[in-house]
Amino acid sequence: CRASGDGKPAKFQPPPKPVIIDKQKQRTERRFLSPEFIPPRGRTDPLKYYMERKDMIQRRKVFNIPEFYVGSVLAVTTADPYANNKSNRFVGICIQRGGKGLGATFVLRNVIEDQGVEVCYELYSPRIQAIEVLKLEKRLDDNLMYLRDALPEYSTFAVNMKPVPYLDHEEIPVNKLQVRMKPKPWSKRWERPKYNIKGIKFELPESKMKEAQKWSQPWLEFDMLREYDTSKIEEKIWKEVNEGLKK
Amino acid sequence: LSTTGACRAIQKLTRVRVVDNSALGSTPYHRPPKCIHVYNKTGVGKVGDKILLAIKGEKKKALIVGHKMPGPTMTPRFDSNNVVLIEDNGNPIGTRIKTPIPYILRQREGEFSKVLAIARNFV
Repeated sequence: CRASGDGKPAKFQPPPKPVIIDKQKQRTERRFLSPEFIPPRGRTDPLKYYMERKDMIQRRKVFNIPEFYVGSVLAVTTADPYANNKSNRFVGICIQRGGKGLGATFVLRNVIEDQGVEVCYELYSPRIQAIEVLKLEKRLDDNLMYLRDALPEYSTFAVNMKPVPYLDHEEIPVNKLQVRMKPKPWSKRWERPKYNIKGIKFELPESKMKEAQKWSQPWLEFDMLREYDTSKIEEKIWKEVNEGLKK
Repeated sequence: LSTTGACRAIQKLTRVRVVDNSALGSTPYHRPPKCIHVYNKTGVGKVGDKILLAIKGEKKKALIVGHKMPGPTMTPRFDSNNVVLIEDNGNPIGTRIKTPIPYILRQREGEFSKVLAIARNFV
């Protein structure tokens, strides 16, 4: 312990917190390429996708489209000629991201006054004035359409929810929530292996689950004609997008 | 053999949900309110169309405020077919509408001004 010069008892100073720098583990920077940049498999001329990407990069320079995944809570303000103050704010959980190129859309769902509402927004529409991510997280599935048949508490989000600050530059939290459903009938038979849903807590009897497995197609994952390896395409597009945004 | 897909907008014989706090809409009856006619060139009713409803053995006109069918982008899609009871001259029967109403109805402010005046939430 340190001897104080005054003679009075020194004020307790806590020891400095140790900073651990892991030089062995290389910090991989998280790269997020929005899924609408990746062109679908087909025989169209890549020039079309190149021109669309140029327009998308141009729009992104003017307007910030944040990174978000299916399962994160967003607040979108759009310009609406028929609303008060001409702008309309909607808060909801993203249940699906579809479309490629400039027509990319995302669907937000919320339950307001016991009424479920879903709105499909186009990412690159000039009517959108602001997109804020209130809670950034992923879920166990890519498509949360089953929330329509789940209990309404899983889709309710307060309109004046405060944005949850997300932690680091790495690791997006995965919410391993298992959702409870309303009693059958559902809009789609979510227990079937075709939908491959992991985020539902099925409370169906074993016989029903076994019967659903009759429709499984185990040969699909080995089908070579359906393979679409996007890793190299993604690398090229990532470089292109980054250069475009830096200019 | 050809079959048409499910309509999901409002046409004849669709069961609807009355959304305002009128007596006709709130009191329970052993049969749900059903649409019997759509005042439209096509028989399909979208948001802002008037329909004829059969409730508790009576015929009443109503205004569609939301349906399960996805519409144009940026418009909301509701989880149930919502309807507001209306008189022949356009006056709503109820006094309050709690469920959210789409902003698109404001376009026809002249016809629906009284309905929009009793609405609380907009989407």
